[in-house]
Amino acid sequence: MSDLSANQDSWLTRNKLSVAPWFFLAPALAFFAIYVVIPIFESISLSFYEWNGLYAPDGSSTAVWVGFQNYVKLWDDPNFWVSLKNNLAWLILYMLAVPAGLFIALFLNQTVPGMRFYKSMFFFPFVISQVVVGLIFGWFYNPDFGVVGSIWKALYCEETTNILGNVTFRCSRNAPDILSSPEWATYGIIFAGLWPQIAYCMILYLTGLNNVASDQIEAARLDGAKGWKMLWYVVLPQLKPATFIAVVVTVIGALRSFDMIAIMTQGGPFGSTNVLAHYMYEVAISEYGERYGYGSAVATVLFLIMLVYISYFLWRMYQDEKVSR
Amino acid sequence: MFRTFNLTVVAAAATALMASTALARDLVINFDDLNPGPKEGFETAVEKFKAANPDINVIVNINDREAHKTAIRNFLTADAPDVTSWYPGNRMGPFVDAGLFEPIDDVWEENGLKEDMAAIMPTMSRDGKIWGVPYSYYQWGIYYRKDIFDLLGLEEFATWDDMLAGCAKMKENGVTPFTIGVKFLWTAAGVFDYLNLRTNGYDVHNGLTAGEIKYTDPRIVATMDNWETLINECGFVDNHASMNWQDAIAPFANGDAAMYVMGNFSVDGYKNAGLTADQIDFMPFPTIDPDVPLAEEAPADAFFIPTNAKNKEDAKKFLAFIAQPDIQTEWNKTIGQLPPNAKAEISDDKFIQEGFALLNSATGLAQFYDRDAPAEMAKAGMEGFQKFMLDPSTKMEVLERLDEVAADVYK
Repeated sequence: MSDLSANQDSWLTRNKLSVAPWFFLAPALAFFAIYVVIPIFESISLSFYEWNGLYAPDGSSTAVWVGFQNYVKLWDDPNFWVSLKNNLAWLILYMLAVPAGLFIALFLNQTVPGMRFYKSMFFFPFVISQVVVGLIFGWFYNPDFGVVGSIWKALYCEETTNILGNVTFRCSRNAPDILSSPEWATYGIIFAGLWPQIAYCMILYLTGLNNVASDQIEAARLDGAKGWKMLWYVVLPQLKPATFIAVVVTVIGALRSFDMIAIMTQGGPFGSTNVLAHYMYEVAISEYGERYGYGSAVATVLFLIMLVYISYFLWRMYQDEKVSR
Repeated sequence: MFRTFNLTVVAAAATALMASTALARDLVINFDDLNPGPKEGFETAVEKFKAANPDINVIVNINDREAHKTAIRNFLTADAPDVTSWYPGNRMGPFVDAGLFEPIDDVWEENGLKEDMAAIMPTMSRDGKIWGVPYSYYQWGIYYRKDIFDLLGLEEFATWDDMLAGCAKMKENGVTPFTIGVKFLWTAAGVFDYLNLRTNGYDVHNGLTAGEIKYTDPRIVATMDNWETLINECGFVDNHASMNWQDAIAPFANGDAAMYVMGNFSVDGYKNAGLTADQIDFMPFPTIDPDVPLAEEAPADAFFIPTNAKNKEDAKKFLAFIAQPDIQTEWNKTIGQLPPNAKAEISDDKFIQEGFALLNSATGLAQFYDRDAPAEMAKAGMEGFQKFMLDPSTKMEVLERLDEVAADVYK
């Protein structure tokens, strides 16, 4: 009976269950292909050329094929290694956002009057733009008029008048110039970046905590669990999905860190705060860049690093899905 | 991420279509400064050009300077105007090499510019041809606090030793000799250029930026040694690495620092910070080696004709027009800079007067380190200078690294 009617229907009607998802996915897939997938391959192919981004008057490209030369150069480029090292520092230190977010979330997960207000205050840094965070911290660190500078003045400087009778400060020690110090600038920026990232992890954990089964907590409490043991053996296992997402967004946030660096130091002093994403921008697109092939080589390396994480996370998600089915 | 090759071909085709429908007498001009003064100067010149050529329909696009730097890379191919503003020296190099600018030797020849603008001609030339017409330039040198100099009984420094002695006196009295803000790097290049021009002269500056002289060459090392002396015996304000050039005006205006190696565009900044014309003055960078003829930094702004321009005939008319002494006189009075045309007149502003005298007596005009050297070299060089200023003991390390970069840039 069903076979008979199926034969009479059109192919579309028969297969609508399998076609419909593709139909709805099509626009997203098309844009994803145009704006993400194709540019990735284009960027990879560009990394084998030397090109200053200009076209000849007739519209033909001035790119010259150089094979793997850009990658060879990259290997000998100290700025590239500095950027890679900084990326690693970002990756490791950014992970602090996950436990910090967890503890703030645990702290905020109480019923106190006005708790919503406190929660939103803690979440605030994630809502404002990274650019604004960068600017605020740039001022904060400023040795002349920032918070750091003011505290320093109060501790080590005395107010005097200069030769013209204007007020000035004489300091027994120079104020720390965090963003201009090749050793500390990267950590200064990471610290600024942690502020919104902790807020992000916090909100992930707060929603996770809402779903913690209260009967299990109660049962654990009856069995005498409390404090760290309660957290480690009862609460954390239930927060596993939240932890997973928090780690994923933090890794990706660390690898694509760009805006804070662009705002706070532009990669300086002398390239010591560059990360791969900013270095790529600097050599390809910025005023003194104009080396698109070389920039593409940096982009390709960054892409390959990201690919490792992304494939791992996708694989994990796929495994989890299989289990839950 | 990057524009596709194909897209540009399509865009070029589209422009070609549009071009055929446009009026033959349209003249499109792209200009790159939205600040009130420069904009007014440009617009006044355009109005005069319109009055002189009523049959030409002038279309003006004014963009922000930074946006223009990005946009020009696309519009020269995709949608070329008939005239565009740009910078001479190495900055025009990539466009000239890609064949995107039109040589305009005939404009210079027919209007006698080779005589009237002789000083600036070398920097407008590349591959034996002339590529643009400058409308304005300005001098660099030392801006100083006249009131502090008077208090300390100091005169303008003629020689290096005078300056070191003057610095010692300033430091005794609690004045930091120099202010500077090297966050955006180029300010340090100004100091380097002057030390190099005074230690070794114009030819070495050009040789270095053209890649013919190594950074570890003894002459360049001598320049850096002088810089080290300047840091140790004169000294710059603290925290200069986290300031931009405007931030660095604050200690200068407050009287904590007495001198600033800068371009003439900074005078506005001093005045906005509350200094009066009596409190500030200008002196040329003092001589280091008396046998080295004086050359100066004088970055110029110019107009160019793109190869893809549709109305080159009228574009050349416009370039000839803005080269006229009367137009350059008025334009530069408006923007407070110097006219490159030697027959033009200058305003009675003292900085302009001194600058004009200085540049006319100069044996050579350098554009600026980051305009004379290729972009990649300039970036590495200026980062090196910043590193050196923060820690002079890195001198040889910096120079050796710059040689490595140079080996790659000028191959």
